[in-house]
Amino acid sequence: MSKTPDKQPGDPNTTGHSWDGIEEFDNPMPRWWLWTFYATIIWAVIYTILYPAWPLVHSATAGVLGWSSRELVQQDMIAFEEANAPLNAKLVETSLDDVAKDAELQQYAVNAGGAVFRTWCAQCHGSGAQGAPGFPNLLDDAWLWGGTLEDIEYTIAHGIRNEESDDARYSEMPAFGEILEHDEITQVVQYVMSLTNAQTDDAAAQAGKVVFEDNCSSCHGEDGKGDVTQGAPNLTDAIWLFGGSEEALTETVTNSRFGVMPAWETRLTDAQVRAVSAYVHQLGGGQ
Amino acid sequence: MAILDKHKILETNATLLLIFSFLVVTIGGLVQITPLFYLENTIEKVEGMRPYTPLEMAGRDIYIREGCYTCHSQMIRPMRDEVERYGHYSLAAESMYDHPHQWGSKRTGPDLARVGGRYSDQWQVDHLRNPQSVVPESVMPKYGFLEHRKIDGKYIGDVMAANALVGTPYTDEMLENAQADFRAQADPDSDYDGLLERYGEKVNVRNFDGQPELTEADALVAYLQMLGTLVDFSTFTPDASR
Repeated sequence: MSKTPDKQPGDPNTTGHSWDGIEEFDNPMPRWWLWTFYATIIWAVIYTILYPAWPLVHSATAGVLGWSSRELVQQDMIAFEEANAPLNAKLVETSLDDVAKDAELQQYAVNAGGAVFRTWCAQCHGSGAQGAPGFPNLLDDAWLWGGTLEDIEYTIAHGIRNEESDDARYSEMPAFGEILEHDEITQVVQYVMSLTNAQTDDAAAQAGKVVFEDNCSSCHGEDGKGDVTQGAPNLTDAIWLFGGSEEALTETVTNSRFGVMPAWETRLTDAQVRAVSAYVHQLGGGQ
Repeated sequence: MAILDKHKILETNATLLLIFSFLVVTIGGLVQITPLFYLENTIEKVEGMRPYTPLEMAGRDIYIREGCYTCHSQMIRPMRDEVERYGHYSLAAESMYDHPHQWGSKRTGPDLARVGGRYSDQWQVDHLRNPQSVVPESVMPKYGFLEHRKIDGKYIGDVMAANALVGTPYTDEMLENAQADFRAQADPDSDYDGLLERYGEKVNVRNFDGQPELTEADALVAYLQMLGTLVDFSTFTPDASR
C-alpha cells in the first residue's frame, strides 16, 4: 500500500493529532453555526438575569423582570373576576325571573352556569345533564323538589339530605322491609308497576292498592303522582331514578333510598349558584 | 494555551478520562440538587399537613399498585384554567409525605390533587365499580374487584416504619397502633378517639365502601377523600418569588 501524501498544497492545516498515521484537517466551524452558538451563550446569561435562576444562600435570584408563575395566575384570576364583576353583581341583585327577561344577563348566566355545571355537577348528573341511575336527569319535565327557578336555586344552594347545610332539603322514605310483610311488598310493587301500565299480576296489584293507600299515599299521593314539597317522586310517569324493574322497585321499597346532593352555597359564589340555576332551568324541563 | 494542551493526557488515558468525567458529572449534579435542600422557598411552611393515616397509606399503595398515576396527575399547575377547575394550585408541601410523590405526568383522567370531599363515598364506590355508570364518556377500567378484596392491615405498620425511615414523622405511638387505627378509621362504631388524637380531628372516619368488611375499596376511597384537604388555606400566604 502506497502512502498517500499527507498534505497537498492549499489544504488547511492539520490539528496535529495523528492516529495510526491518520491526520485530521483543522477546518474552521461554519460561521453561522459558531455565531449561533455564541448567541445562545449570551442569551443564557441574559435569561438568568431576567428570570428566576441562580440559587444563592437563602433563596434563588428573583430576576429583574420579577416574573412569578403564582403572581401571573393571580393576576389572571383577578382580571377575569373584575371583568365579570358588574355582570355578577347584577346577577345577584336581579330576581331570577327577571334575569330570563334580560337577554344579555341571561346569556351570561347560561354560559357561566354551563361552565359551573361541567366542572361541579357533570360528574353525577352527566355532562349533558342526562343523569345516571341514582342521579336525576335534569333535561326532562320531572322534578323531585320542584322545577321553578326558585326551587332549583334552593336545591343547588342547600343541597339534599346532606350534613353540611341545616337548610338542606330533607325527607326520608322508611325502609318498608321492617314494616311490611314480604307478601305486602310484592303486592305494592305490582301495584306501583301497574301505575305505568307495566306487565303485572292483576290480583296482586289490586291487593297492593290497599297497601299503597295505607302506607305510601301520605307522601306519594292517593294517585301516586308524588309531592314536590317532600321530594316524593311521581310514580305514574315511568321515569325511574333507581330503576323501574320489579327487582329495583322491591329493593327501593324494602331498603329505601337516600340520595344525597351537596350544598353548593359554601363552595360556589352567589353569582355562580344563580348562574347554574339559570343554566339548569333552561335545559328543557324548567317550569 | 497550556491547559488545553494537557487535555491530551486525558484523551490518551482511559482511567483518567473516566475519573475526570465522573467528577464533571458530580459537580453538575450537585449544582442542580444541593440548593433544593437548603433554599427556604423550596418547601413552604403550611398549616395542616400530617402523615397519612394507616388506612390512607394502604389506599395510597393500592393507588400505586393499580397504576392510577399513569392516567391521573396530582399536581394542579398555577394556571387559571386549572385553578378554576381543580382548585388552588398544588404546593410542594402537599407532597412532602409522599415517598414517592404522585404528581404524574399525564392526564387521561382528571387531576386528583384536590378530589377529597368533592364527591360522596357512594359516588366513589359506584365510580370504581363501573366508571361509565356515572360518567358515560369515561374510558377508565372497572375496579369493582377492590370491594371483594379484604384487607386487615397486617403489614401496614411495616409500610409506615419504612416511610418513617425516609423522613415521614410517624411517632412510635402511631407505629404501635397502626393496625388498630387502620381498622378504626373504616368503622364509625369503633373507639376511634386514639386515631383522631394521633392524626387530628379532621380525619374522616366512615364506612367508606358501605360494606361490613374492611376492603381495598375502603382504603382507596379513604385515601381519595383525604387528597388535597389537609392544608389549611385560610392561613396560607403565597410566597410570590416562585
